[in-house]
Amino acid sequence: MDINTLRSVITVVSFAIFIAIVLWAYSGRSKAAFDQAARLPFDEEDEAIEYGERK
Amino acid sequence: MDKTNTYNYTVVRQFALMTVVWGIVGMLVGVVIAAQLRWPELNFNIPWLTYGRLRPLHTNAVIFAFGGSALFASSYYVVQRTCHARLFAGGLAAFTFWGWQAVIVLAAVTLPLGYTTGKEYAELEWPIDILITLVWVAYAVVFFGTIAKRRTPHIYVANWFFGAFILTIALLHLVNSAEVPVTFWKSYSAYAGVQDAMVQWWYGHNAVGFFLTAGFLGMMYYFIPKQAGRPVYSYRLSVVHFWALIFTYMWAGPHHLHYTALPDWAQSIGMVFSLILLAPSWGGMINGMMTLSGAWHKLRQDPILKFLIVSLSFYGMSTFEGPMMSIKTVNALSHYTDWTIGHVHSGALGWVGLVTMGSIYYLIPRLFGRTEMHSVPLINTHFWMATIGIVLYIASMWIAGVMQGLMWRAVSDDGTLTYTFVEGVKATYPFYTIRLLGGLLYLSGMLVMAYNVWKTVAGRQAVNATIPAVAPAHA
Repeated sequence: MDINTLRSVITVVSFAIFIAIVLWAYSGRSKAAFDQAARLPFDEEDEAIEYGERK
Repeated sequence: MDKTNTYNYTVVRQFALMTVVWGIVGMLVGVVIAAQLRWPELNFNIPWLTYGRLRPLHTNAVIFAFGGSALFASSYYVVQRTCHARLFAGGLAAFTFWGWQAVIVLAAVTLPLGYTTGKEYAELEWPIDILITLVWVAYAVVFFGTIAKRRTPHIYVANWFFGAFILTIALLHLVNSAEVPVTFWKSYSAYAGVQDAMVQWWYGHNAVGFFLTAGFLGMMYYFIPKQAGRPVYSYRLSVVHFWALIFTYMWAGPHHLHYTALPDWAQSIGMVFSLILLAPSWGGMINGMMTLSGAWHKLRQDPILKFLIVSLSFYGMSTFEGPMMSIKTVNALSHYTDWTIGHVHSGALGWVGLVTMGSIYYLIPRLFGRTEMHSVPLINTHFWMATIGIVLYIASMWIAGVMQGLMWRAVSDDGTLTYTFVEGVKATYPFYTIRLLGGLLYLSGMLVMAYNVWKTVAGRQAVNATIPAVAPAHA
């Protein structure tokens, strides 16, 4: 196979994968997991609260 | 100290404090060379004080010393806190700190002495390149090792950006620094001619895309939600933002080589991908800004949020300007002029600088057992000094750049050039003065920050926060 055919195929496949990622991200199925992930920075006590006493 | 139930804040503290130190050093060198452009005699005829040697010192210091230290500090902090896990391989983490500082010191010695590969943003000679590789491998082991031992169900989006930054920089550094050593301090690139140029700007633009963008977006996705006290506006948008950047940034490099020996089709590809990049860039900016929706009043009272949000405005501005400048006809006017310098600094001072400062102001008190900085009003003072400094800097360089571009292309009726080159230089002098003022103001803001940091940490004990005892309930 010509190397340039391979290059074109990779470009098209990459584009298809990207479109699939967008569809996956905006499908309802991932919503709950995304909400959970978005809360991660808030899943533990802020140091400012932990240190509150020492101020 | 019990190390099993606390986070490793030691290495975060080291890198956070060195961010301030290297920020001052790098920006000071920038101010010196800005003054040299206005008053060339300021090199005092000393070879190692000349513009050609100090300029790479400035860029290396602000990008890799200041920006690099900030990225190490924030990635080590964020990965631990969002994975609920102590940093993997503490010894290796300490090595990344001391190794990276050694790289910086070696750069500060070799560049003024004139040792350089001549590749922009990759000037350091081969022995230092090897040390960088070792430090970077250790960094990847520490970072991905921490992700592997996480006690949370998900990998937070900030860590995706930090991870992409670490992997891509490893790839870029290895490929672009492939060189043939001749002596201990001299090597030649493994590539020649236009291939060398293309590899160099594939590296150069992705250093912008992954070092100065993806890494700092990692900061943005953690510190803006934390400081605003609410989760990111749209997590699904952040996922699309991430993959869109990953798929497009790699191909934008050729726009640095418009109208050169690079094949025309490669230039066009570079231009098209640069234009596409506008979409993910603005998606990310909107995501960060909208995190504040419903809480805009916080922007008025909280100077740290001002730093973080205004940094995003500069990110939006420079990622609009960049694609426009990559259009060949616009580039015909802008290339090689000070417009490029203005564009770079709108991204560097505005986006990278401000988001770093906001993040460091968030980090410092928390690393030393305090709830906030010594003086919040001084953060506000710093914010305004920095912002006015940036505006002076980029406005003067925009005007100077467009003026230079127009003067260089002006042709008289008889077909000769209307202006000699030196006439363009002379016309630029007033703008060099304004730029110097802007740079001085920005540097002075950093000194205010250093004072505030000093007052916050002096006499304070280093404190390591505790890791939550149990994994989150929903894990």
